[in-house]
Amino acid sequence: MNTTDHAQDGSADEVAGIVLDQFERLLAQHLSPHVLAACDGAVGGAAWPADLWRALADSGLPLALVPEAADGIGLEASTAARLIRRCGQAALPLPLPETIVGAALWAAAGGGALDGALTLVPAGSPVRITQRADGFVLDGRTAQVPWGGSVAVLLVDAIDAAGVRHLVRIRAPGTVRDTRHNLAGEPRDALDLTGCAVAAADVRTVPDWIVEGGVGSVAAAGAFARAQQMVGAMETCLASALDHVRERQQFGRPLAKFQAIQHMLAEAAGHVAAATASADLAAACWGDPRFVLATAIAKARCGEAAGHVAEICHQLHGAMGFTQEHPLHRATRRLWSWRDEFGSDALWQEWIGRAVCAGGGAALWPMLVRLRAGAG
Amino acid sequence: MQSFRFSAEKLPAEAEAARAAVRAFLDSEVEAARFVPHRTSWTTFDAAFSRRAGAAGFIGLTMPEAYGGHACSGLVRFVVTEEMLAAGAPCGAHWIADRQSGPQILRHGTESAKRAILPRICRGECAFGIGMSEPNSGSDLAAVRTRAVRDGDDWVINGSKIWTTNAHQVDYLLALVRTGEPGPDRHGGLTQFIIDMAAPGVTVRPILDLSGHHEFNEVFFTDYRVPDAMMVGVEGAGWELVTEELAFERSGPDRFLSDYRLLVELVDRIGPEPDRFQAVETGRMVAQLTALLGMSASVARLLDQGIVPGVEAALVKDVGNSFERAVPEIARRLVPVEPSLTAQGEAFREALGGVTLRAPSFTLRGGTREVLRGVIARGLGLR
Ligand SMILES: Cc1cc2nc3c(=O)[nH]c(=O)nc-3n(C[C@H](O)[C@H](O)[C@H](O)COP(=O)(O)OP(=O)(O)OC[C@H]3O[C@@H](n4cnc5c(N)ncnc54)[C@H](O)[C@@H]3O)c2cc1C
Repeated sequence: MNTTDHAQDGSADEVAGIVLDQFERLLAQHLSPHVLAACDGAVGGAAWPADLWRALADSGLPLALVPEAADGIGLEASTAARLIRRCGQAALPLPLPETIVGAALWAAAGGGALDGALTLVPAGSPVRITQRADGFVLDGRTAQVPWGGSVAVLLVDAIDAAGVRHLVRIRAPGTVRDTRHNLAGEPRDALDLTGCAVAAADVRTVPDWIVEGGVGSVAAAGAFARAQQMVGAMETCLASALDHVRERQQFGRPLAKFQAIQHMLAEAAGHVAAATASADLAAACWGDPRFVLATAIAKARCGEAAGHVAEICHQLHGAMGFTQEHPLHRATRRLWSWRDEFGSDALWQEWIGRAVCAGGGAALWPMLVRLRAGAG
Repeated sequence: MQSFRFSAEKLPAEAEAARAAVRAFLDSEVEAARFVPHRTSWTTFDAAFSRRAGAAGFIGLTMPEAYGGHACSGLVRFVVTEEMLAAGAPCGAHWIADRQSGPQILRHGTESAKRAILPRICRGECAFGIGMSEPNSGSDLAAVRTRAVRDGDDWVINGSKIWTTNAHQVDYLLALVRTGEPGPDRHGGLTQFIIDMAAPGVTVRPILDLSGHHEFNEVFFTDYRVPDAMMVGVEGAGWELVTEELAFERSGPDRFLSDYRLLVELVDRIGPEPDRFQAVETGRMVAQLTALLGMSASVARLLDQGIVPGVEAALVKDVGNSFERAVPEIARRLVPVEPSLTAQGEAFREALGGVTLRAPSFTLRGGTREVLRGVIARGLGLR
């Protein structure tokens, strides 16, 4: 059944519950360890789980964050963030997070609803756009585009001759120069966009709430998605470590009974809690002018946490966690990749730090207050 | 995995209104030079400031009106306290009473204790200290030996408390003492009492901290008599009560804003054009602080709902204390100065000097880092 049917009548909480339940069912049905292995480019897999994508598309989930007026489900951003976290938790080998935020960004730019899987082009070397009599033409080579060779639509920030950014939808991607993978074996393709023609309807003004301090809207949306995904992957690591230390016995008792082990897990839990709080704040700021700063903070905080949580959880799993057989690596290899995608934690920290220092000490507190006003 | 009960709802409009009001109050205080923004906001004891804050309606915010309070939500109090800390207001004379002793008496005290004490707390006229630790009972709080023995309608207390912050200037202590046998779980036989510091039988000996500052003390009880009416909760239920009190003690923004002014002075000292190292580290601290503010507000919301979020409070304090301890370490790497307490006029050197000397206490007071991690581990189902 299509979830959009429910959006009209139920309360926001009910709709959220229905959508999240539906996602659970789809994951249980389609996302087996076999599928995960078949999609893992690090061990020679290269599958695009078409059945799973079709089921997701039929459910309307890719349009979770698109307003109902633009034919989406119109979920609250906090619920959409939970969906994206669930993707991270489950190591979903599909660009559903990219599609959820990209479709919503495109709708916010007045572009209407999108069809099919979508990806976000990271801000590497800039993509230029030039107007011609019959539309626009692009120029630029991009790298590390998530599932760039498999999706129907790419979103990119392109810069015109005057230095103005435009949000551009590419429906006929240029040639795939090279297919590579991140550390988790997720496709990260290099695309050549030189000479790629786009119609006027595919070039939109970037929504003003997502433009700040030189950060592109697509990069900000991507950073938002990765921050939420990292929260989910960290939850998986922590849950796995908790199970493991309760089951594994050494010195005649479960590892969980050793204080050193307890303290390591407490420290990891602190990082997960702080990362979650920062990601919650970013979700609460979706669609408003604080979004870029809140996302910068979330990406920085989640990235920092990801390093600690992955390290601690591997240590707790011992040699077993260092194998291909144990699923821990599905979460940790993603954390090590996602930390650096759409801007590393250091890059976002630098960006925040420059903004804070430019404002001076007295402006810091008002900034911290403004960020949370009406967002708890 | 058991998940934590943090949530991210919006701050209510009344909280934002309170923010505007407390800012206006603090601005007028600073303008009239009634206080100088202080780096140890919540431990600086200034009875006159607390009376003005009480008169202006910023103490006892969550207390019922019947006891002189303002019947606001915990989030209003959260906003007022974070503004006080950010402004460096000298809150030491009302902080403990407002944060934990008052709420504890409201929930578990006798009617006469509530009537006698709560309105004075709300007016900022009544300071409290925490009487938990003893010479042989630090992290192992269940080991307290100070004993209360019933005598008619009174209890007679003998023993001592130690590390009691501001015992030399408070009106009351809320003390945990032994009234019976510990029992198999060691948590039995403890009871909380309100101790009147002006009554006979209590003496206070100062203890100087490592920088020579007098803040904590040892407190001796010699046949000190306390009436039944000053018992908090029922006899023998002290352990549960103290656990509740600690959730209030551990979760507030004071657990990571103790030295917020150092961060402000660091940003000013770096100036508007940081190098990359300075920018990265400053951004990292601000991202950590933002997350903490969210976690702490979440706990305020849980407390409001009558939940005792012991584990979440321990998480706020542990993550918060780690942040507080890191700030001076990072600051000294970003700006090459020698910290000093007597570098007149060099605000940053003085701030760094003061924090360097105070920082060891952050991860001790209110429960050590190790104890908090034990509490968190229990919450994770490991103990
Ligand atoms: C500035 C300051 C103000 C204070 N104010 C007050 C106050 O107003 N009222 C009050 O009652 N108390 C107060 N305290 C006391 C504070 O609560 C205690 O210092 C704290 O509970 C630790 O007790 P302790 O100092 O006896 O250390 P101990 O308990 O002896 O611990 C020493 C070290 O051993 C570690 N340790 C202890 N047990 C374990 C264990 N089982 N596993 C692993 N590690 C362990 C501790 O974490 C610590 O690192 C204050 C302390 C300070 C520093």
